Amino acid sequence: MAFNYEYYLRMDKMPHMWCPGCGIGIVVKAMLRAIDKMGWSKDDVAVVSGIGCTSRTPGYVDFNTLHTTHGRALTFATGLKLARPDKHVIVISGDGDAAAIGGNHFLHACRRNIDLTLIVVNNYIYGMTGGQASPTTPFGARASTAPYGAVDSPLDISRVAIAAGASYVARGTVAQGFMLEKFIYNGFKHKGFAVIEAMSTCPIQYGRRNKLSDPVQLLKWVKEHGVPAKKAEKMSPEELEGKFITGELHNQERVEYTEEYELVRQRAQEAAGAR
Amino acid sequence: MDKKIQLWEGNHLVAEAAIRAGCRFFAGYPITPSSEVAEYMAWKLPQVGGTFIQMEDEIASMGAIIGASLAGVKSMTATSGPGFSLKQENLGFACIAEIPVVILNVMRGGPSTGLPTHPSQMDVMQARWGTHGDHWIIAIAPAYMDEIFRGTVRAFNLAEKYRVPVIILLDEILGHMHEGYEIPDDFEIIDRAKPDVPPEEYFPYDDSKGDVPPLAPFFTGYRYNVTGLNHDKSGFPTTNPELIQRDMERQRRKLYANLDDILWYDEYKLDDAEIGLVAFGSMGRSAQVAVDLAREQGIKAGLFRPITLWPFPEEKVQQLAEQVDTILVPEMNLGQLILEVERCVHGKANVEGVNKVGGLPIEPPEILEAIKARI
Repeated sequence: MAFNYEYYLRMDKMPHMWCPGCGIGIVVKAMLRAIDKMGWSKDDVAVVSGIGCTSRTPGYVDFNTLHTTHGRALTFATGLKLARPDKHVIVISGDGDAAAIGGNHFLHACRRNIDLTLIVVNNYIYGMTGGQASPTTPFGARASTAPYGAVDSPLDISRVAIAAGASYVARGTVAQGFMLEKFIYNGFKHKGFAVIEAMSTCPIQYGRRNKLSDPVQLLKWVKEHGVPAKKAEKMSPEELEGKFITGELHNQERVEYTEEYELVRQRAQEAAGAR
Repeated sequence: MDKKIQLWEGNHLVAEAAIRAGCRFFAGYPITPSSEVAEYMAWKLPQVGGTFIQMEDEIASMGAIIGASLAGVKSMTATSGPGFSLKQENLGFACIAEIPVVILNVMRGGPSTGLPTHPSQMDVMQARWGTHGDHWIIAIAPAYMDEIFRGTVRAFNLAEKYRVPVIILLDEILGHMHEGYEIPDDFEIIDRAKPDVPPEEYFPYDDSKGDVPPLAPFFTGYRYNVTGLNHDKSGFPTTNPELIQRDMERQRRKLYANLDDILWYDEYKLDDAEIGLVAFGSMGRSAQVAVDLAREQGIKAGLFRPITLWPFPEEKVQQLAEQVDTILVPEMNLGQLILEVERCVHGKANVEGVNKVGGLPIEPPEILEAIKARI
């Protein structure tokens, strides 16, 4: 039987505002299938976002949804999760939202290891505001604020996540939706801060400026630039230049914040009682 | 156990009052002169089953308390100076999304890093207009220990009752001053209204039953959307001009149609006053002493002291302008509260400032001199 997406969508809010050929829908579908697989009640799930195309997701999905300020989704999600550690809080964010304006929150969410799942839809561009260069725009690629090619080097979101202490990190592409679903599902099951980076497509704002305006062509470009982790091990840095490594990149058991804070409460109450 | 006078620091008293008002979540970032609030919360909140978290910055602290409040937990943060500037972004979110939160700002000198360890009253206007765009907010400026305690409880009550962020304005003097105080137990605690309709009939911004729609906590079966964009009654973004006009007018009205409930002020020896003072917070205390000093010298001075600073008690100031010829406004800035006083007085009395910005309070004899210079 076909998957019943409509059960998880606010159909009265359709049509959505994403462009034809956009990769966000593939990620959202993977997320919904992964939620379904977890068997979570819709009442027990919160989807939190910042600002940007990806961050419009909460409006369309039938959970407790929170569309916050630019870059700050993780901070709101932190409050929500600490207030209700028994519930499931998912953050969905774009590359600009998560890695530029939200970069500091991203680092500290990784470090803190609260049991949240962050899905970053990385399409290498600020789509909503009109195709400006983002922190993941490839070196030399064109953007509306990089008409002669991007001068900055792109940030590797997954590598930063690992370095900052995220305990589960996986990267997939929107060309492989079921692999994304698996990573998101594993991220949900993981006790701790999980980051799933979905390499995505923006044919309108990124593709058109970079000779990749055909959505299928751009999808192929994304797929071809992804290198599975096993294969990457055998490749030289020169061969990996401009590519990104896909797969489950990091999976570590580490003290989870809300569980540890429960111990803090016990210690505090013992100390108060002993006085 | 609490029936005893204890020595309280102003900042600690805010924290203790918050906990007694039901606050169970605090997110903060170290900043002088408000850090004692975070330290107290880190110590006390886990004892009562609450949660303290030190966030990576001021912006994050503000975001976290909004998130926790949406889950139904009374939440607050505390800050000062540059930190209050950083709060403004998410403070605006709490305004438009109508999320109850409490923000303590212990005023220090500014702008920028300014005078971290010295008092000022320079954030009068920022408390009202700090975040961009039209918005309506409550600010409470206590002057005495009892007002700090009751004002903090009141801040939570008003936040919950009106679904609005409430700012508590102290300054470095009040935040760090120690005084004897006995914690009272005769105070009311108000919790936000919860929906009395089934989820399918619930809209978080439905104005059909009043100006303050009930707010369902997340994860309680009422699945809805919250956004910082202008939104329709379901919380979904809209650009419909009529809906936005109606919603913004409601947000204003929910406070300004309830001024009798929201406004709080003190009048000191105003009945027969011939010269008026308008001052708040620590300078309200200085002004009160100055009134007594003036009266000792036969000058009929009186003080109007707003405790609710925003919305401003403008009718009371208008009445004062009918009564006296001169109104002096002592404040630790070069003229902020006076702008609001002048607006209300509207030329019906002579309004003059008594100002000081170097990090020292305006002492009662200085205010007395200012009074005598106008007699």
